[in-house]
Amino acid sequence: MNTVLQAQGLGKKYGRRWALSDCTLDVPAGRVVGLVGPNGAGKSTLLHLAVGMLTPTSGSITVLGEAAGTSQRAKVGFVAQDTPTYNRMSVADHLRLGARLNPGWDESIATKRIERLGLDLKQRAGRLSGGQRAQLALTLGISKRPELLVLDEPVAALDPLARREFLQDLMEAVAEQELSVVLSSHLVSDVERSCDFLIVLVDSRVQVSGEIETLLATHYRISGPRRDEKSLPSAQHVISASHTDRQSTLVIRTEQPILDPAWTVSRLSLEDLVLAYMGRTSAPEQNNHRPVLEVQR
Amino acid sequence: MIWLTWRQFRLQAVVVLTAVLLIGFVLLLTGPGLLHSYQVNKSSFLDQLEFQQWNKRLYIVGLVALYAAPPVIGAFWGAPLIARELEAGTHRLVWTQSISRRKWLLTKLGLTGAAAVVATGLLSLAVSRWSDPVDDAVAAGQSGSFVPRLWPSVFAARGIVPIGYTAFAFALGVAIGLLVRRSLVGVAITLAVVIAVQIFTPMVLRPHLITPAKASAVVTTENMRGLQIQGSPTSPLVKGLEVELGRPGDWKLSDQTVNAAGKVQKSLPAWFGACAPPPPGAEDSKEPRQSLDACFQRLASEGYRQQISYVPANRFWDLQWRETGVFVALAFLLAGFSFWRIRRDLT
Repeated sequence: MNTVLQAQGLGKKYGRRWALSDCTLDVPAGRVVGLVGPNGAGKSTLLHLAVGMLTPTSGSITVLGEAAGTSQRAKVGFVAQDTPTYNRMSVADHLRLGARLNPGWDESIATKRIERLGLDLKQRAGRLSGGQRAQLALTLGISKRPELLVLDEPVAALDPLARREFLQDLMEAVAEQELSVVLSSHLVSDVERSCDFLIVLVDSRVQVSGEIETLLATHYRISGPRRDEKSLPSAQHVISASHTDRQSTLVIRTEQPILDPAWTVSRLSLEDLVLAYMGRTSAPEQNNHRPVLEVQR
Repeated sequence: MIWLTWRQFRLQAVVVLTAVLLIGFVLLLTGPGLLHSYQVNKSSFLDQLEFQQWNKRLYIVGLVALYAAPPVIGAFWGAPLIARELEAGTHRLVWTQSISRRKWLLTKLGLTGAAAVVATGLLSLAVSRWSDPVDDAVAAGQSGSFVPRLWPSVFAARGIVPIGYTAFAFALGVAIGLLVRRSLVGVAITLAVVIAVQIFTPMVLRPHLITPAKASAVVTTENMRGLQIQGSPTSPLVKGLEVELGRPGDWKLSDQTVNAAGKVQKSLPAWFGACAPPPPGAEDSKEPRQSLDACFQRLASEGYRQQISYVPANRFWDLQWRETGVFVALAFLLAGFSFWRIRRDLT
């Protein structure tokens, strides 16, 4: 199977507000996907749809080849936002919960992880630090031996050190178990450290998605004398533009070399790239003229 | 899932089951003694009981325990069942394991509900059996401070009705918790609603569950139990009379005065006001009052009668089954609602 997550015109409405609209995605297997966007952009909604906590208002979402929220529950691990655990249950109780509720539970993975993390089995989860709790939730998610692991802002509440440890640990598990991972964050640095596939979600819409390497290779910042962005060659898609009286600075996406000598061309960092897309908040009409941005392979 | 249900439920379970077992144990110890004293001296059993403070208290304890069981179980077993998960966000943990939400709820609702039914059933069995001699003596017409088991204050603390109430209260608590998503709010609302249902059922629902028997009687000084007087002491108006049928175990639903044509009277004829005794404290008026006997004779000769509808004592189990059926059906409806709601989005 080459696709772990596929969405077609996926939308979710809460009352009158669309939390996610017209989302079309295709995430290949074996990737670590970073889902970034500002708070309230619809990241959690998308992930909840993927694990079957929510049902779509429109469109469809397929996970591991089946409609989300059906029998593939056993093949998808989920670490929810704020990593909820049962405060009054011990670490050992949580492992027992995992073992009882998951037919594919791997006890050796679980105990090894808990040992390595130095968690006390008798400790109540309510007494754990935020980092330890996140690790416990991750252990539950990993030990059921999923094919896809979904993490909703797993490190948002952690301090920088715990954040780094958690992500490192996650990457080790990914390498050992050949997992596909989708993880959301509002910080690009988290994604930069651990992901190889990027989805940018702003204002309930997917702005861009693709391999990070490819994205970085096809996006440029160009600056030069002031000129209208409409005069660019059609193969160059303008992502963001800023103009002063004399100068124009554009972020563009193109697969072809930039030939115009008037431009000073520079590469973008991942952060700059994400920020350029995040700036395009009021873009729906513009989007309608162009096909949904997707990197060709 | 069975293990998880028990793990999350054990504290609440132990508290309630301990209380039930404690009460059951005491009743089991004292019951044979009570039964013995009834068998030895049937005719003056209730008179004797007046002097047995302990047994009188136990009688009250049994009543209170069975009236407390539905609200307590509904509020503290039912309401937090789902609300606690939604409040702490742990539903996102447990619903994304390999088990479906439906099965999760089925196990939790089934096991906890079964425990609720068993606990209340045992309690009711213990209390009903313990109180049997008292109920028998009351039904046999002995007078005292006890009332028949068909009367509203006792009916829901006997037999199988408590089981129906508890099943209903539990399912209601679960559904309310699912709706309000806050344990504490769910507990408060459940308590209020269940207690309201307990108060209003005898007045609103119970009389409609069974066709009452009818009887009519001419009022005499022997069978009159009371009269309801309105107006000033100088010109009193008698609104109604109450008679006794000499069937101590029955539950009287209504007692109305009808005239010769069979029409229900809002009040007795004006002349009857002169028969009414003066209000306490006030001295008798100038003219001598007519004797009640003469008044009742005139009433009878003018064709006035009392029309009574009542539930006979022997229909106790009929009514028990019907009321239990109603509440068990409501419990299933509420559980069905919870299953329907939980399939929809909850984040």
